Amino acid sequence: MATEIIIHDQKDNVGVVVIEKITPKQQCNCWIMENDSSTSIQSKDEIPLGHKIAMNDLNEGDTILKYGHDIGKVVKPIKKGEHVHVHNVKTKKW
Amino acid sequence: MEIPKSFLGYKRENGRAGTRNHVIILPVDDISNACAEAVSNNIKGTIALPHSYGRLQFGADLELHFRTMIGTGSNPNVAAVIVIGIEPKWTKKIVDGIAKTGKPVEGFHIERTGDIGTVMKASKKAQEFVMWASEKQREECPISDLWISVKCGESDTTSGLASNPTVGNLMDKLEPLGVHLCFGETSELTGAEKVCATRGATKEASDKFMKTWSAYNDFILKEATDDLSESQPTAGNIAGGLTTIEEKAFGNFQKIGNCKFVDVLEPAEEPKKGKGLYFMDTSSAAAECVTLQAAAGFNIHLFPTGQGNIVGNPIEPVVKLTANPLTAKSMSEHVDCDVSKILSREMNLSEAGDQLIETTLRVANGRLTCAEALGHKEFVMTKLYRSA
Repeated sequence: MATEIIIHDQKDNVGVVVIEKITPKQQCNCWIMENDSSTSIQSKDEIPLGHKIAMNDLNEGDTILKYGHDIGKVVKPIKKGEHVHVHNVKTKKW
Repeated sequence: MEIPKSFLGYKRENGRAGTRNHVIILPVDDISNACAEAVSNNIKGTIALPHSYGRLQFGADLELHFRTMIGTGSNPNVAAVIVIGIEPKWTKKIVDGIAKTGKPVEGFHIERTGDIGTVMKASKKAQEFVMWASEKQREECPISDLWISVKCGESDTTSGLASNPTVGNLMDKLEPLGVHLCFGETSELTGAEKVCATRGATKEASDKFMKTWSAYNDFILKEATDDLSESQPTAGNIAGGLTTIEEKAFGNFQKIGNCKFVDVLEPAEEPKKGKGLYFMDTSSAAAECVTLQAAAGFNIHLFPTGQGNIVGNPIEPVVKLTANPLTAKSMSEHVDCDVSKILSREMNLSEAGDQLIETTLRVANGRLTCAEALGHKEFVMTKLYRSA
């Protein structure tokens, strides 16, 4: 089965696109590396290779989890299936 | 895969082994670059290592300068060294430091002779050295003679997903065979620093790491005029999908696999606690970091990249790997090891680790890296603060 999205850890609320791009309303297969399980999600945005997709709805102030760890905070509400990047997430450092 | 127990290297006078057999012309300071380059132009098979510093430095910054110079000359990938400086004293200090390895080294200073006389004298000696070195043969060396440094660059999310974990897999497989390993990039562990500290082999190593990271972070906070969003992550990182320094740090950290670090090194400091993994306090700029690791004695470098960093080093071969299929395709002349099939799940991490071990050994045995074939010789000294 083709994999469009890889998720590092079961706890993560984002996944990474691993094909050239996914398009809006695309049904995507997700592989969770940590426990070798699968899930699926429908995208809302076009998202290029290497960029992240929200696996849940996220509110301002929520923490983004990747590798099972805190990688920053949500600064603009994000819907499940939307593109997660510098426009809606910022560092908690510096 | 059964891992080979040996490689073909150049045995050196001090018991170390080189993966290369360079004769270098090392300028002590910026104003001696012209002389060093003239000598390397005269005498084929030598390389000059021009750089920008070496005048009026003081304190820890000057110590780092000497450590980098002496370490570079002492690296086992170097067969013999010509040192050229403007003044006799600092030139001699570097010559004496390198001479402790037992390898041929000779110094020349320019004052009272001028460029032309110095070039003539140094060229005669360089010719003698390079002809002597050309007769050195590769011999079978135990794999534990490999000192492997790692640093990633132009990272993207494929680095954290696949190419960095491939390096981690190699570390997990080679560490038990007695190799020396080194990772650095103090600033790019920001966000993962607490997790990284838990990977110290001893409490002393963990505490030393936190002290080093905190000092770096304090410096960043003192000098920063913004949140560093223009620098960390870089524009290339962001184009590749990395959003924050924390995300970059956890990706970066995948390079050490499950290994624990035995000690924390100053920039360009030679490891003294035997085999195993070391953390070195370095900048995260590629050429600066590799230059420091080479000066600490590491003889082969692994460099995972996402968007396609192209760095090389004049004395330490830099093996590039990528898991980004677009980079592997569009920049194939820079990629020694393509592990992009991990993303399509056509290859697992252990297979990728084996492929990287195979590539590493081929390069250790003499195969040129892409960066060597393309002429990348970035030698970049780290400077800690302004000169006097």
